[in-house]
Amino acid sequence: MANHVGTEHTTHTGEIPKPNTGWIWKTFFVLVGITALEFVFVFLMDPGTLRNAIFIILTIFKAFFIVAEFMHLKHEVKSLIWTILIPMALLVWLLIALITEGSYQNSFWNVFN
Amino acid sequence: MSTISTTQPLSSADAADRPRSGNWDGGNEPFKASYGKLMMWFFLLSDAFTFAAFLTTYGLIRHRYPAFDAAAGKVFEFSTAYWPVPDKVFDGFPGLHGQSVPLGFVALMTMILIFSSVTMVLAVEAGHRMDKKDVQKWLLWTILFGATFLGSQAWEWSHFIHGTDEGTKMLDGTTVYGANLAVNQYGPVLFADLFFFITGFHGTHVFSGVCLLVWSFIATTNGTFEKRGHYEMVEKIGLYWHFVDLVWVFVFTFFYLV
Repeated sequence: MANHVGTEHTTHTGEIPKPNTGWIWKTFFVLVGITALEFVFVFLMDPGTLRNAIFIILTIFKAFFIVAEFMHLKHEVKSLIWTILIPMALLVWLLIALITEGSYQNSFWNVFN
Repeated sequence: MSTISTTQPLSSADAADRPRSGNWDGGNEPFKASYGKLMMWFFLLSDAFTFAAFLTTYGLIRHRYPAFDAAAGKVFEFSTAYWPVPDKVFDGFPGLHGQSVPLGFVALMTMILIFSSVTMVLAVEAGHRMDKKDVQKWLLWTILFGATFLGSQAWEWSHFIHGTDEGTKMLDGTTVYGANLAVNQYGPVLFADLFFFITGFHGTHVFSGVCLLVWSFIATTNGTFEKRGHYEMVEKIGLYWHFVDLVWVFVFTFFYLV
């Protein structure tokens, strides 16, 4: 178990331990930093496949920090982590397949236009 | 798994009768998480399927339409011939009528949601320490940020529905202002439809989250969780709340940035 979060509940003795919030604010600054970086790319880079790839990578970074730290998944047992992640990987496959399909339909339509 | 050695005959009563004590042999928690937390995870997984279906549909339909070609030297204008550029559509800001602040308001909404996520973890952390006052404080902040986000989204919708002062002249000569499910001034009909469905579905989730937070604030104040001996309910609602933030991260990228 990670040392930064006490999952075991403190016994109710009336004494309240000091908050341990350093890791929360660290994650917060990472999320704000990545969002700021995304805005830099929106305005300083021309749209294109490379820019979209950068956005998707930064989004996955943000998702990682939210799920791993805020939702605490990083500190769960391995079998639970995989139970959540493997179905999501299948969705990535669906996304890629249907975007490809959309592009194909687009090229098809342009023949008639 | 119990240690049944294959070199010994299995009939040895000793090995067969020994109670099995592995992770999956029953009687314990293989995932080291309570029933409630586990079911919240599985609910969120199914909810992720719903949002993934929405975003995949967006990807499919968007790629069906040509993209606006900025390289050709044309100035962007709204047209049903191609998919609109998001930062030309979402450039309004409350109090700055007629001025263009590309993605400014969305940036603000994103910040509000990230803040609400942080105050939510702080509430969960306070719950681990059985600190009732801190849990109340951070839950209230989270409710405040959540409600502010909902208000912002209402403004965003209203702005999108009413449209610009000039409107857009359609091919049949009529001028369309704003958007509804059947027609819109920004681009293809489906662009507005997807906007309403995706951000609307996300907003509904935020609304449910705020309701749950208000309920857990009342329960905290009444001492329900303190009597129970733990604040796990706050933790479960926290999981839901972070998930809503997570969905926004993806909506933000695929609807507003890309």
